[in-house]
Amino acid sequence: MERQSEGLEELVGRASRRGGELVRAWYADLTQAAEDGRGAAYVFVMGSLNELLLTFDLPVVFPEVNSLQTAVRRVAHEYLERAEDYGYSPDICGYVKADVAVQLDRGKHPMGRIPKPSIAVLTNACNTYIKWAEIWERLHHIPVVTVDVPGTREGVTKGRADAGFAEDLRYVTAQLHELIATCEALTGKRFDVDRLRQTLSYADRMGRAYRRALELNRRTPAPFNALTDGTVYLGVANALRGTEAGAVYFEELVEELEHKTTYGIGALGDESYRLAFVGVPCYPIFRRFTEMFSEQGGAYVGSSYLWFASGGLNRDFEHDLSRPIESLAEGLLLGVRDAMDSMFHHDRLLESMIDLYQLDGIVYHPIKSCRTVSTGLADGRRALSERRDVPSLFVESDMMDRRVVSEAQMKNRIDAFFEGLAARRKRRGASMAEEVAR
Amino acid sequence: MSATAGVDVGSTQTKAVLVDEDGNIVGRALGMTGADVVRAAEHAFAAALDDAGLSETDVEYVVGTGYGRYRISFGHTQITEISCHARGAVHMFPDTRTVVDMGGQDTKAIRVAADGSIVDFCMNDKCAAGTGRFLGAAAMALDIALDELGPTARRSTKPVRISTTCTVFAESEVLSWLGKGKRIEDILWGVHTSIATRTVGLMRRVGLDPAITFSGGVSRNEAMVAALEERLGTTLNVSEESHFMGALGAALFARDHVRASRAPRSHVEEVRV
Repeated sequence: MERQSEGLEELVGRASRRGGELVRAWYADLTQAAEDGRGAAYVFVMGSLNELLLTFDLPVVFPEVNSLQTAVRRVAHEYLERAEDYGYSPDICGYVKADVAVQLDRGKHPMGRIPKPSIAVLTNACNTYIKWAEIWERLHHIPVVTVDVPGTREGVTKGRADAGFAEDLRYVTAQLHELIATCEALTGKRFDVDRLRQTLSYADRMGRAYRRALELNRRTPAPFNALTDGTVYLGVANALRGTEAGAVYFEELVEELEHKTTYGIGALGDESYRLAFVGVPCYPIFRRFTEMFSEQGGAYVGSSYLWFASGGLNRDFEHDLSRPIESLAEGLLLGVRDAMDSMFHHDRLLESMIDLYQLDGIVYHPIKSCRTVSTGLADGRRALSERRDVPSLFVESDMMDRRVVSEAQMKNRIDAFFEGLAARRKRRGASMAEEVAR
Repeated sequence: MSATAGVDVGSTQTKAVLVDEDGNIVGRALGMTGADVVRAAEHAFAAALDDAGLSETDVEYVVGTGYGRYRISFGHTQITEISCHARGAVHMFPDTRTVVDMGGQDTKAIRVAADGSIVDFCMNDKCAAGTGRFLGAAAMALDIALDELGPTARRSTKPVRISTTCTVFAESEVLSWLGKGKRIEDILWGVHTSIATRTVGLMRRVGLDPAITFSGGVSRNEAMVAALEERLGTTLNVSEESHFMGALGAALFARDHVRASRAPRSHVEEVRV
């Protein structure tokens, strides 16, 4: 794939523009697949196995991405109400309900049309995944392959040093062989190990660039907004993982971010406070939510979302192409464990981030319709505050359901958070002045 | 005489306070917020001026606070009620390190620094469970005036255990206890202790550093003070003016602004909370 050469001035903002184009093109391909009557592989962001499924030429659908798109495009309520009318409770995962509405309405979606599933491939990274796939199994009578990824027995994963890692790896590898056999039976195609090597190498290039992008945001000013820009990057990272276009996108992103850091161009003109975000974004008022911070000089420089929703790209791991299936299994095992740690042990990961990213504050965003990522946020916040003196904000809403998003209440808390940050800076300035005077 | 003002437009009531150059309260007023937020703020401000015997031209700077702070047409700037309650509490009780503010629609726990600025805060989530509104719903269900809630609850001898603080279900909860033959004072004490339990849980999230100051409209309720003190095992700072704490904090921030603007140019420091 040829890189597009552009002038330096055109570099800034290129990744956002191109990310949007790539995601729209991806949805256009899915729409075409739906119109051609081709069945898709339905997968999830935590452990998608895109690299393997692409070798069988299966269109890959991410229902989580479809659902959040309905919220960003401000039509999620139509989908949620459709699923609730069908009988689903207001209390369950909003992503599930929006997808149920898509299934009931023959793939109708604001980005085009979503093909029906011919197979669902998932892991146990989220307990809802399992019940969600059962809905497709029931509606479409499709095979569901659940790869059981053992959690670490270490509390927080030590990666390959985890106890029983070799046995766990054999267990996951064996399941991937079963998945390959299922895909061969479904598509009538023989598994092509060389194609897998190719998709894995593209994923490795993407991962290398992805990690470099995260690293570049340690600079001041931070070149990208971890919440708004970061979500575009995540969209491409998931949809185009294992493709050349995806690898090139992230390599070009790094080029843009390096240019921005060289010339001191920040995502925010006036970066007064560097913030980290914990949880899933508030998609029903996605832009406004970020504005409430950026208006007061708050720049999101990092997020736990960029870890657990990246399918393990955040982790320093590259595949061994001499043993591709086992290496894919290893990446999956490490990636899912890392995603779980990012959700459940964010306090430890954030602790290391405080100095690296020079954080002024941390924003926790528990959401009503996803207890998996929200349960424990308050405990994690308290645990971290006992170890490190970093101000934090706890602001609750939802990733899909605007009925539980109260902008006025949110604004009040955010304003008070910034008042506290300003007062803290003033206190520190005064004590430094005293120190100098002494 | 030169004064500064703070106007706190809350979800239920609007409060206005005027302070002199030494930070003493020289005028105060209170009214219901109602649907017309702008008028409520104007009325409260005018009434506080009357109370102080001052005219509008005597007031150099006005800070608006509370949910309606951006609607105060005559305000010069806005600061959240969280910062204002913290500031007011430390001004009134300098040993304050934790503030619990219980208003009509929300309850806040605020950890404060010695200068009255926010260190951390926590609020109830998006429902009015465990706030003044729950007490209001219980009073309505029992047909008791709000002012009578506290004294009545204090007469309790066999308190009932109220399991919910959901404002929507307050009426059915209270009626079910009445149906079981429980006395009003015992039900009401149960209501107060239930709210106190929830509030202390909120306070623990920011830490319970003494001394603790109780502010907001509900701080005038003697049973609520007693229930919180019982749960906390310590006494609370409460004053007759606790109801006006947010407006007082706002007036003090306004005074800061005036002082800073009078300082020699080289020492002018931007007034930020």
